[in-house]
This record gives sequence, C-alpha cells and structure tokens, in this order.
Amino acid sequence: MPNRDMSFIELSARERARRILDQGSFRELLDPFEKITSPWLEPQGIVPEFDDGMVVAKGKFNGKPTVIIAIEGVFQGGSMGEVSGAKMAAALELAAEDNRSGIATQALLLFETGGVRLQEANLGLAAIADIHSAIVDLRRYVPVIGITAGTVGCFGGMSIAAGLCSYLVVTREARLGLNGPQVIEQEAGIEEYNSRDRPFIWSMTGGEVRYKNGFADIIVKDSVNDVKTAIIQCMNKGLPDTLRSDDYDYYLQKLNAIDTSKQADATLVKNIFGRGDRK
Amino acid sequence: MSNTVLSRGDYWFSLLTKGAKIRRGQCASIKVADGDILGQVARFIAVVPDAKNKYPRAAHGEVGLLEGWTLAQVVHEVIESDKLNSNKTAIIAIIDVPSQAYGRREEAFGIHQALAGAAGAYAKARLAGHPIVGLIVGKAMSGAFLAHGYQANRLIAFDNDEVMIHAMGKESAARITLRSVTALEKLAASIPPMAYDIDNYNKLGLLYKLLTITNPDNASDNEITLVKQTINDAITDIIKHGVDLKCRLGGKDRHTSVVVREKMRAHW
Repeated sequence: MPNRDMSFIELSARERARRILDQGSFRELLDPFEKITSPWLEPQGIVPEFDDGMVVAKGKFNGKPTVIIAIEGVFQGGSMGEVSGAKMAAALELAAEDNRSGIATQALLLFETGGVRLQEANLGLAAIADIHSAIVDLRRYVPVIGITAGTVGCFGGMSIAAGLCSYLVVTREARLGLNGPQVIEQEAGIEEYNSRDRPFIWSMTGGEVRYKNGFADIIVKDSVNDVKTAIIQCMNKGLPDTLRSDDYDYYLQKLNAIDTSKQADATLVKNIFGRGDRK
Repeated sequence: MSNTVLSRGDYWFSLLTKGAKIRRGQCASIKVADGDILGQVARFIAVVPDAKNKYPRAAHGEVGLLEGWTLAQVVHEVIESDKLNSNKTAIIAIIDVPSQAYGRREEAFGIHQALAGAAGAYAKARLAGHPIVGLIVGKAMSGAFLAHGYQANRLIAFDNDEVMIHAMGKESAARITLRSVTALEKLAASIPPMAYDIDNYNKLGLLYKLLTITNPDNASDNEITLVKQTINDAITDIIKHGVDLKCRLGGKDRHTSVVVREKMRAHW
C-alpha cells in the first residue's frame, strides 16, 4: 500500500521501520529469533523480550543505503538496557565504518524512550555514552536524523542523543526533555514542577513548543507519509551548516540575558527562544 | 582567588593546576586552566558549586544550562586552537558532579540540548585526537556524568565510599521503579550494574584504573604524584590505542555488550 496513509504513532517500532524503508528492502538485524535478551531482568522478576525492545533494520530509503534504529516504547518504557543500548551503539558504529570505507549508509533513529533502564542502571548509562559517541562520529559523514513521535517521547540520556542528531523531527504528540516530570517533582518540589499538571508539562516539553522554540527542525502530523516526507527534506539538506549542539554562542547569550529572579512560564520561553518563522 | 575549597572536585582541580593559567570570564561553576601534567600539555576542566548561580537549581555543582553550554565552549576552544597541530592538547575532566540540574527553567530552556552541547564537544575533541582523561574524585551521576566525563577515552576513579557512579539518585530511582529505598538497596547489592558503590562499578570494565587515596579531601604528596602519573600513563595509552571507546568493553559484567557487537557485525 504505497500511497495509503496511516498513523505513525500507532505502529510498533518494527512496523515503523518497515513502513519507512523502501518497499521490500527491510532486513532486520539481531531480530527476535536471535533471542539476545537482557541478562539482568530475569533475576529481578521481569520477563525479558527477545529483541530487548530495540529494532535494527537495514534497507533502502529513497534508494539509498539506510539503517533504522527504532526503540519499542511499549517494552519497559523504551528504556535503554545493556542489550538494547549495545544494539543501537553497534549499528551506529558500523554505519560510521561503512562511511569510512565509501558506503554512505545513513541513519534514522526513532526515539521512544524514558532513558536509562533503571534495572540495568550503569550499563544503560554506559551504552548511552557509546551512543552519543557514535552519533557524533557518524554525523560527520551523513546526516543522522532523529524522530520522536510519541507517545513515550524522548527523555533522560536519550534526549541528549536527540540533541546530538543532525536533524530532529517531532510530532505534536511527542515530548522531549532531560528529566521526567516525576523526577523533577521528587528532586525540586511540586512548586517547581507539578508532574500531575499535564497542560503545564506539555507547555514546557511538548513537540509543538520544542519545534516553535527551535529545539526541533520539523514538526509533522501523525502520518507515515508526512514522516517520510520530513526525512527526505532533512536528507536533501545534507550536513547542516551549524549543528544545534555546537551552537553554544547563541544559547549562552540567551541564557545569560534571562532575568531568573522570576519563574519561567510558556510565554517567557516563547519570548526568548521562539522563532518568528515558526507560528 | 579565595582559598576556600568549594568541593572535592575543586580541591583536585587546584592540586592539578598549580602554576597553570586560569581561564576567566565564564560562569563561576566551570573552572578551566591550561597547564601540563608531568610535561604533557593539558586543559583542566571542573564543574564546581556556585552558591550564587544565576540558575539556582545548579548551585551545588550540578550540571545545568550554563554549565553544559560552557563546557561545550571551553572544549571547542581546545579543538579550534589545535586545529592545525598534530600534537593535540590533552583534556583532563575532573569529575565531581552530584547530578544534572532538575528544574522548570532547565527543562523549558532545553537542558537536554545544553548537555548535548557538552557531550558532543568532548566526543568531537576525542575524535579529533585530543587525549581525554576523566578523573572521578566524587560523584559521577547520570546526565551530569554524560555531559562531563563519560566521553573521555579513559576513566580513573578513587576507591572511596563517597565516589558514586549511577544513573539516578536512590530516592528517585525507588519512586520510578515503585520500590522502597531499602528494597532498591537490597536488589542493588546482587545486581552489579544497579549498585551504587565503586567496587561493583569497577566490575563493569569501564574504568582504566581504580586508585586508593587514603583521604581524597587531604591527599599526601605521594598520592598526588600517583594521580598525576596515572593520568600521564593514561594519555600515553590513549595515544597508542586510538580515539574510540573499545577499551571499555573488556569487563566480565559487560560481556553481553561485546556479544551484541560481534553478532551485529556478522549480520551487517
């Protein structure tokens, strides 16, 4: 069904990858039949998954060699464990190797993740450091495109990974932030951040405000076709002139100018970071 | 400069940067100095508490908005100034970071992007050939560690009760995983990656060296020399073995990470 559109968010990670890649080109690596499961979950009474919630698939996108690394948000909140993290890191590392040997493998990262899987804490964190390293390596050769669609969104160390991508695509249903609302409330108090006030949370970290305030490059509807169009747009732009993560002059100037004697609200954020070209 | 020691990280920064040129002008919570480590040219970077931090949620040594972007700036400076040199300045990250900053402004103004700035800068420097050594003297927690230290080629830590490396503080981790702190601690004792202590962390194979320092808040001359020598050895090792992070894959409790990489390569 090449032209019939459908919801992107409702698809599993595997189906997202399959639908994005050119028809018939999808080939999954370390699929569930390989049964590489987390060695750390069963001792804690948690049933592991045969793919550890991470789908790595090679194929073609728009005729070009592509690897898609898609996190399954349904399994353990898309959290990064030793195996899932190593799958993503290894695929990115091999894509960079491809580029060094003349194969321009490009990478698409589908983020639906709460960050580190706390049951594998330090190994999740270490894997995320490897992922950061591999993105920085690969983005020198080809654009690394991140997509966070929802409903989990992208948090923790993986929001840093999203911040390292050459381009970031979001939907209105996605949220993007370093710290989850519950943790901020736990650490800083309910006055600072009320994790139950959903409209407030969305006004801080929702896909739409992230796009309008320049923390994402493209916002799309919940549509497979629109996601694919956005990816093509990013790829056509090639390597960005300035990576968002290198833009310290811009951000330091803004952050130093803010009056922090009063608390922030959505209007203040928009006045400071809002981009006039993004209504 | 006052002689007041702001933190253990600050203490080790001052020990290692005697006679070095202090960089000024950035936020007070980031200390930077250019000097050498037993003859090897190096830039030293530490995140320290600043009680008067413009962003109050980052007043206790947390890595916040200004800290993340400032780390990005001062690391990029090294990359830029050595652009044409084949002998790259080493970067020594002195790590004592209790956490990233948790707050409303932090989320709203994009702390994830600030930390990406820092992690990205360190990774770029490493890939450009700058030997980077992370010296963990206190806490190395979560996003703060990802931003300041985890991109180092080699990590050295002190074998000390107050040295702690983890993805999340105990109270929050308990809340998120719906356990009591006691239950979490009990579980952590039998699952090495969940443990909060440095001995269990060491089993994961992520450290280059674990050093015994009797009192890390008041080190002897011999201990200071040992730390300098170990950093210097690490730099030599880095120059010999290259820019990647493969050296972290040898731990017995991180063996599955190796298996995944081997299989991924075979199927690629």
